[in-house]
Amino acid sequence: MTIGTSPPDTAATAMRRTSGGLASVLRLRELPVTLALIALVALTYLANPLFLGQQGMKDLLLNATIVIILAVGQAMVIITRNVDLSVGSILGIVAFSTGTLFVAVPGIPIVLIFLAGMALGALLGSVNGFLVTVAKVPSLVITLGTLYIYRGLNNAWAGGTQYFAGDRPDSFGALSVDTIAGFPLITLIAIVVVIIVAIFMASTRPGRDLYAIGSDPEAAKLFGIPVIRRVLLAFLSNGVLAGLAGVLYASRFNSVGATTGTGLEFDIIAAAVVGGVAIFGGSGTVVGAAIGALLLTTITSALAAIRVDKFWQQAIVGLLILAAIVIDRITRIRTAKKLRRSEARDV
Amino acid sequence: MTMQFIRHTKTRGTRRFLTLAAVAASVALVAGGCAAGNDAGTGTAAEGDLSITFIPKQLNNPYTDVVLGGGKDGATAGGFAATEVVGPLEASASSQVSFINAETQAGTSVIVIAANDPDAVGPALEEARAAGAKIVAFDSDTNPDYRDVFISQVVAKDVALIQIKLLAEQIGGSGEIAILSATANATNQNEWIKFIEEELASNPEYAEISLVAKVYGDDDDTKSFQEAQGLLQAYPNLKGIISPTTVGIAATARYLSTSNYKGTVALTGLGLPNEMRPFVKDGTVTAFALWDPAQLGYVAAFAGKALANGTITGAEGDTFDAGDLGKREVGADGIVIVGPPTTFNADNIDDYDF
Repeated sequence: MTIGTSPPDTAATAMRRTSGGLASVLRLRELPVTLALIALVALTYLANPLFLGQQGMKDLLLNATIVIILAVGQAMVIITRNVDLSVGSILGIVAFSTGTLFVAVPGIPIVLIFLAGMALGALLGSVNGFLVTVAKVPSLVITLGTLYIYRGLNNAWAGGTQYFAGDRPDSFGALSVDTIAGFPLITLIAIVVVIIVAIFMASTRPGRDLYAIGSDPEAAKLFGIPVIRRVLLAFLSNGVLAGLAGVLYASRFNSVGATTGTGLEFDIIAAAVVGGVAIFGGSGTVVGAAIGALLLTTITSALAAIRVDKFWQQAIVGLLILAAIVIDRITRIRTAKKLRRSEARDV
Repeated sequence: MTMQFIRHTKTRGTRRFLTLAAVAASVALVAGGCAAGNDAGTGTAAEGDLSITFIPKQLNNPYTDVVLGGGKDGATAGGFAATEVVGPLEASASSQVSFINAETQAGTSVIVIAANDPDAVGPALEEARAAGAKIVAFDSDTNPDYRDVFISQVVAKDVALIQIKLLAEQIGGSGEIAILSATANATNQNEWIKFIEEELASNPEYAEISLVAKVYGDDDDTKSFQEAQGLLQAYPNLKGIISPTTVGIAATARYLSTSNYKGTVALTGLGLPNEMRPFVKDGTVTAFALWDPAQLGYVAAFAGKALANGTITGAEGDTFDAGDLGKREVGADGIVIVGPPTTFNADNIDDYDF
């Protein structure tokens, strides 16, 4: 910037313009998925008003709850330019252990059940994080391995044993039935999770570090960010959330056994990507991921409510993923252009 | 770190792909090892030297465990020297083929299979037969060309009739009903559904009942749950649901019991007493049906023995001894019937433990 030739506020104006650009970029990332959700709900409601009836709303929220929690955890990992494919298996093993605990320790306090489930999730998640950071093998491969290992452990442990809703206390099942102001209790838990993680990611040092690592791991390291510790933290948090989701699964559904949660991982990654979390890391928000989760679970219910063959659902989810990637691409190009322009103005 | 190989140079991408392939290959080897290393039956028909292997639709399924428990009892009582259970963890069409191949190589004398797909297992079973194995289908039939006999729980039509009868009683003989099934290509499900539809069309007692939808929950708790929700939203006048699958009926019962629809929408179908007990007690479900799954495995084992000994060939009219259950006769199309279905309700459900 040259001195004296330009008015003193040019730099500030440029800065403001850049940050305004960034803000619109951020808005752009979540905007499509939010609009899609609103359009979907509105159109389905017009076709079948029962869709937004009291029971209908409750079902929509309940269906989304577990996926939202998992998508928030997955978003943290993806933002660091990693991925955790083992979440379905972690959920399964925690859900089964929840069923086991209730039978093995009659009268166990529900708080302890939650703590135990989240602790087991944390353990399994940190194994992933440890292998990824220490072995330095891509997380895609590591967590593909732990996906099978955790599932294998679950199979070996559970065998043909299943625990049913009847084996668990009514007050535990009631978490997924009772509502406060129309919101089921477990949905409120999910909302609290989204708020806490969103604040952590947006305005704490470790949270911002996760974005820095995902944007450019080498630069983050040179800058002095404890990359290994932060990536471990992301995997551990994801494990805790998958554990929480496992406990809630046991509350909501009838049976937990060897195959609980199989194949869930791709729904979760899809939810995060559709919600604007870039698969290459460094951008996106957990709020976006949560909205993505709500959108995907709502599509299933909407198609069922307007009697569309459910086989179409998968194709629609696929289209949404492609749309999310195209939007990501356009955003990147626009951001790059804007940055170049504002830099040019500053010279 | 992840997925970035897409953006890297080709060599690095290739190397990572190879790592991935290596992991996948070792997983496959481990899985294959389990299947291949399990028995050393000789395949000759000498008495006391016979081996039998059960290949269920999937392992770790509670219903299947009861069937297999009966099968092992039958195999022991029938005098088989070796009894094995192998099978996939996932009930998909092609997943059973590698297990059949392994049994062929091991020279197993009798293969008892519940087919996930009637035709997908065909070529593998033909190879097994060419190598001298006898094929007994149970639970879910293969195409009749590929097996010697099929052990059916009950007469398929009886299963269909009892379900529609139970539901008709519960909804007072008129109104809209729906079916929540397992997978869209499950042989046994589709046969029952076909008989239910025929009965609805032909029996004047059911003239006021209309079947408005058939949906598929893929024997997955979560999917069945959402399909049940969808049914109730899409058809506000729905009076009842038939779910001829243990996973589907339990998931639907769980949904009904936790929603506003409890008590207003009837539910029946085929369920396991242990799984359905709370829903019968809390009034969500009045009555449902099933057979004794253990007997199915038991008869299958004895049929396998009679085939391997040459006592029967699977032709219509052949009879064989089924241990404690007495004699069984091979009917048309090589089908052997185990027994009539049982109805479970609040009065008798505590007498059963499976």
